[in-house]
Amino acid sequence: MKSIESEIKDLIKKLFSEKKIEVFIGYENGTLPLRTTPYFVSPNDDLDKLAWNRFCSNNLAVYLPRVVAKKKGGNSCKVGILCKGCDSRSVVGLIKEKQLSRNDVFIIGIVCPGIIDTKKILSEIKSSDIEHIDEDDENIMVKFKDGKKNFRKKDHLYECCINCEFTTPFVYDTLIGDGKSSSNTITSSQKVAEFSAKSRQERWQIFEQELTKCIRCYACRNACPNCYCKECFAEQTKPKWFSVTNDLSDIIFYHIGRIFHQAGRCVDCGACVRACPMDVDLRLFTRMLVDEVKERFGYDPGLNFEEAPPLTTFASDDKQEFITEPS
Amino acid sequence: MPDFEPKIVAFLCNWCSYAGADLAGVSRIQYPTNIRVIKVPCSGRINLLYIIRALQKGVDGILVSGCHPGDCHYISGNLFARRKFALMKKFLEYIGIEPERVQFTWVSAAEGTRFAQVVEKVTNDIRKLGPLKYFRKNDYNDKKCNFSSTSENPNFLSGAVNK
Repeated sequence: MKSIESEIKDLIKKLFSEKKIEVFIGYENGTLPLRTTPYFVSPNDDLDKLAWNRFCSNNLAVYLPRVVAKKKGGNSCKVGILCKGCDSRSVVGLIKEKQLSRNDVFIIGIVCPGIIDTKKILSEIKSSDIEHIDEDDENIMVKFKDGKKNFRKKDHLYECCINCEFTTPFVYDTLIGDGKSSSNTITSSQKVAEFSAKSRQERWQIFEQELTKCIRCYACRNACPNCYCKECFAEQTKPKWFSVTNDLSDIIFYHIGRIFHQAGRCVDCGACVRACPMDVDLRLFTRMLVDEVKERFGYDPGLNFEEAPPLTTFASDDKQEFITEPS
Repeated sequence: MPDFEPKIVAFLCNWCSYAGADLAGVSRIQYPTNIRVIKVPCSGRINLLYIIRALQKGVDGILVSGCHPGDCHYISGNLFARRKFALMKKFLEYIGIEPERVQFTWVSAAEGTRFAQVVEKVTNDIRKLGPLKYFRKNDYNDKKCNFSSTSENPNFLSGAVNK
């Protein structure tokens, strides 16, 4: 993957010299092993720090509206951004929802090989023991003080990456990596099917149990590119939807609200799950809406600019089997 | 729970369903008195947060009613709403809220009888389910469910808003 990394660096250098972009959002290696962190690059910054590896998990689109707004100051400013399949869908979502203009961004698409879940690796080893990390096509090789261990990449992917249908960005200005379209066609998540097969009481119990872990840090919201509202319903005071308590009822209220706000917009990038410090399985619930929107309206968010988001439009013959008829 | 009487909030659109309820009233059609009507300008005005807030604050069920598709006073408000309602219904059911608790329907201004029938049906459905025993604001002291019946909840619709 080193060659792709240098390809990115060369490309950014070129884009900066041609003044096609003024800022670039990419990744650099984190201070901890097996982690990366967003890197905001200006023309004079050190391009060598840019990284691309299997740990580049962040959805960088979340920073885009803020970076564009800050840099713009009246003049048009191009922000370059490195986008995996899901990230590019988020960028398209932002443009569709008029948070950005297409001219503000230069999308550097990258064919995503699937991102490795650091937590899965760290459940087997301690991060303080790690001395060196290397990778080949199949494995992540971690060297310790006394020996080394190989991790099969396939077995350590993020849950949302395992059956990803959209590894190649659909919308981009340049594409890095071979532009083969993704081969996976699995549409519905098995976990969602298993969950909906449970009884009503069980489902509510699991939902409740998941959310008892929640500490309401709102990291799931802050990590999400879709959550750009300046005033979130969670913090509104007029009306005050729910109180700032650790009452489970209020926590559930927040999550129902947040999850439902993702309806027809969620690209299933998994940013909320990764951001959660308490490991709440948020994807179990957001994914259901992704599947439902796909099934009902045949819509996948963020693939193009033409299709209207499902909740901003209607058809006169939309299904209405759920409507109560007097019997 | 034979003598349980549910409290139901009905969100009715100003132009059709509210007038439909009015017609049921002036026509002296009998229907259960369990509903509390909240008039909204259009069924498109309904937000999922209204629904879960009402449930959280002590109602046992929700009825949302708007103009029939094609008859919206604002041309397409209920058509937008229909898409939203479909997802709401599916989502609430998925996370484990009984589908009968939150119901959606269409009632026109001329359908006083239909309004009465719908209210009858919804009330019966929810009466069968019994009171909402989860998610209530006061049920989670120490995150442990300590169920209290609706009738004992003094906050119901009296100063409960923006407390």
